[in-house]
Amino acid sequence: MISIKHVSKFYGSFQVLSDCSTEVRKGEVIVVCGPSGSGKSTLIKCVNGLEPFQQGEIVVDSVSVGDPETNLNKLRARLGMVFQNFELFPHMRVMENLVIAQIKVLGRSRDDAVHKGMALLDRVGLRAQAEKFPGQLSGGQQQRVAIARALAMDPICMLFDEPTSALDPEMINEVLDVMVELAQEGMTMMVVTHEMGFARNVADRVIFMDLGRIVEDDKKEEFFDTPRSERAQQFLAKILSH
Amino acid sequence: MSDFDWSSIPGALPYLWIGMKTTLQITAVAVVAGIVWGTLLAMLRLSTLPALSWFAVSYVNLFRSVPLVMVLLWFFLLVPQLLQAAFGLSATTDVRLVSAMVGFSLFESAYYSEIIRAGIQSVSSGQVAAAYALGMTYRQTMRLVILPQAFRNMVPLLLTQGIILFQDTSLVYVIALPDFFGAAYNVGNRDGRLTELLLFAGAVYFAICYSASMLVRRFQKRIS
Repeated sequence: MISIKHVSKFYGSFQVLSDCSTEVRKGEVIVVCGPSGSGKSTLIKCVNGLEPFQQGEIVVDSVSVGDPETNLNKLRARLGMVFQNFELFPHMRVMENLVIAQIKVLGRSRDDAVHKGMALLDRVGLRAQAEKFPGQLSGGQQQRVAIARALAMDPICMLFDEPTSALDPEMINEVLDVMVELAQEGMTMMVVTHEMGFARNVADRVIFMDLGRIVEDDKKEEFFDTPRSERAQQFLAKILSH
Repeated sequence: MSDFDWSSIPGALPYLWIGMKTTLQITAVAVVAGIVWGTLLAMLRLSTLPALSWFAVSYVNLFRSVPLVMVLLWFFLLVPQLLQAAFGLSATTDVRLVSAMVGFSLFESAYYSEIIRAGIQSVSSGQVAAAYALGMTYRQTMRLVILPQAFRNMVPLLLTQGIILFQDTSLVYVIALPDFFGAAYNVGNRDGRLTELLLFAGAVYFAICYSASMLVRRFQKRIS
């Protein structure tokens, strides 16, 4: 569903991605991990064209992301994205956050959009918060709303950019629970995260990045049990030592 | 103090009120037009196309580098010719009010655009990314997500600029347009009571501007 081929990206002369290639098949859950600055967030943002790249090719559901002819808005409407800092629209109530793009981008009627929004709020356990503003919710609740907002667009794939990194520890699980459920329902997911428990539980494959390169791209069992590169071994040793 | 004679004021109130209406009209038009045109300028300025942003930068620099009085005179001299050319109006039509409105709007928009640009930049880039990620176009992102948040942050500054503008409208005396200040001046001149009338006009300006800025301050506290 997503094919990334030889993608390189530069900020001026600084190379943030070097020759990255991988594949995400329908229904797969891919976890992307690596030290900060390794380019993992940049890679995932290239997939929906939020970050441009200079070399290589990314094809999503047979649409080429880098092609200037591609209608990126149309493509993005079909890809859900969840951000580290939630990025709910603070001037809109929770329900308005859920319906605005359904109405303005997909052209749904307000009734249909609200119906869908309510069902999704129910699913993430936040039906009672529909009329609140994002600022009145906890971080975990905001992130669950953000997931619901992305799901409201009926995405073919969900991209998560460190969805739990900005959360207090006791709120991480309520977000991960929603993501696990989503994965078990067969949603195609690409998840940048340090949550190795999540990776062990639901990932099909783990991609490990360092210095803008994809260093490992393995089935999760192989990644956790027999990582090939020294860099990944060190990373795992550090992150799993406690 | 005992020499002051305020007796000419009560009878002149209807005339002064007409002047005040002119002042308020110019202020209202310049605030609205200035914010609309200023918003466009701010968006041009932030555009990635060099030509557009160059135009906005030049516009703002031009209007911020010339005295307002001069701008008013320019437009007083220019607008009749423009109207004549565009609508075939005779050059003797009274264009003082229209030219003042045009002059103030274009001048204020330069100031408004800087306030609005700062407001747009105060909204985090993550909000743009979130709107784009939902498939919104640039226009939808601006209209639905960025500008509403920017304006909320900017309201106190925009209102304060409006208060300054309200005072600056008194400069229309250079084109002999009787606004509130001009009306007070005329009455004072007629009755030989210029000092009293100008003191009175000053007190009215002070009362209006001071209470308005108090309201802005209260509003600012409420939203922060």
